[in-house]
Amino acid sequence: MATATLHLPAGEITVDAAFREEVARLSGQPLELCFQCQKCASGCYPTQEGDYTPNEIMRLIQYGARDAVLRSRTIWLCTSCETCGLRCPNGIRIAEVMDTLKQMAAARGIAPVGETGPLFHNLFLCEIRAVGRVHETMLMLKYKLKTGNLFADMKLGWQLFRRGKLPLVPRLKKDPAVRRIFERAGGQG
Amino acid sequence: MQYSYYPGCSLEATGVEYNLSTRAVAGALGLELVELPGWTCCGSSSAHAVNKDLALGLAAHNIALAQEQGRDLVVPCSACYTRLCKADHEMRHDPAEKARAERLAGFSYTGKIQIYSFLEIVKDRVGCDEVARAVRKPLTGLKVACYYGCLLVRPPEVRPFDRAEDPTSLDELAAALGAEPVPWCYKTTCCGAGLSLTRPEVVEQLVARLLAAAREAGADALVTACPLCQNNLEMRRPAQEGIPVFYFTELMGLAFGLEEAPGWLKKHLVDPFPLLQRFSLAG
Repeated sequence: MATATLHLPAGEITVDAAFREEVARLSGQPLELCFQCQKCASGCYPTQEGDYTPNEIMRLIQYGARDAVLRSRTIWLCTSCETCGLRCPNGIRIAEVMDTLKQMAAARGIAPVGETGPLFHNLFLCEIRAVGRVHETMLMLKYKLKTGNLFADMKLGWQLFRRGKLPLVPRLKKDPAVRRIFERAGGQG
Repeated sequence: MQYSYYPGCSLEATGVEYNLSTRAVAGALGLELVELPGWTCCGSSSAHAVNKDLALGLAAHNIALAQEQGRDLVVPCSACYTRLCKADHEMRHDPAEKARAERLAGFSYTGKIQIYSFLEIVKDRVGCDEVARAVRKPLTGLKVACYYGCLLVRPPEVRPFDRAEDPTSLDELAAALGAEPVPWCYKTTCCGAGLSLTRPEVVEQLVARLLAAAREAGADALVTACPLCQNNLEMRRPAQEGIPVFYFTELMGLAFGLEEAPGWLKKHLVDPFPLLQRFSLAG
């Protein structure tokens, strides 16, 4: 496997030529077509808080910068709103690429320090596996307990509860069909 | 007309008023929504982010259930709608994906049922003329910014139901109810969706921008078709901001003069009654 070191403003980055092919295969997207027009970045509000813009992520994938991409904050800020892919003149569905990167990072247990996205997704899927549906009250409580941030949205939680929007009785019925899907699905979950 | 109805997880909790108003409005229009027996989570917002098989399998399972019922499937939640449509699109057009979905969900895909958002049914199956005929209390003078969110019209090859960049279906519906839709540029700009719990500060910035733009356009309220949008716009709004955010089905219920409507609106975090009283739409 060909590897080398790139000196970028972000620091020294180890490149791995196989990475681009892996992301292209898993996402099914023509990554090599990205010519850095930045239409994706100009319409992407959520990743403005990230370390790279979507077009920079595309370029880093082309470089084969596996580590920099899979450890980036940007991928976890993508909400899959699909604005980027809609506007891409080369027809690259960038949200599919972002999903692939998240899947790869999650499978390897890689996440930037303080990023709770993978924990949230894991709890979400545990809810589905357990009872077939997501009980939003339980999901919120479990997430708050796991992150130790129980009080941040306390007032909000109370307002929702008072309006009957956070039912307390959890669903207990297991769904064998859903269990089987989890068993058949590869990878995490 | 009878449809299978897939409420989705949010409509049993944070989006309960969307569920109640959808059912009531469907009844008023003579649409029969039969809740899909044994429906399970579609996998949104998490399955597609961590596991490709789960994303396809969980959605395909519900399509399998709908297939058994033999009726087209109606989905009010935009997030569920897009996940189910995506899985259906993949199975319909890609034999390898169809085989993968059939293996994961243990069924045989026929492609005989179609998936619709409730907005699509109202707009295309019922039609704005029919909706206008059902109006008893027109929403005259109420200026609304129609907020479609990301997922209702995207990606266009999966669901070519409205224009992906500048959709108009909610605007046309609002006009049919007597309201005045205002032109604005943020119809499909993301609200932050599932980041609400993990990155609330990011969602707060996105929501502040959207609400400020709606105000600037002269709107008295926003109209949505998605429980994630509605909740984010209310929960993560700036402290001083109090612009009401309605589901389109709630505005339909109000305009139809349905008795249950005030009960749905009481569940909002932003009290919409002062605004409605100004327009003599609530007691």
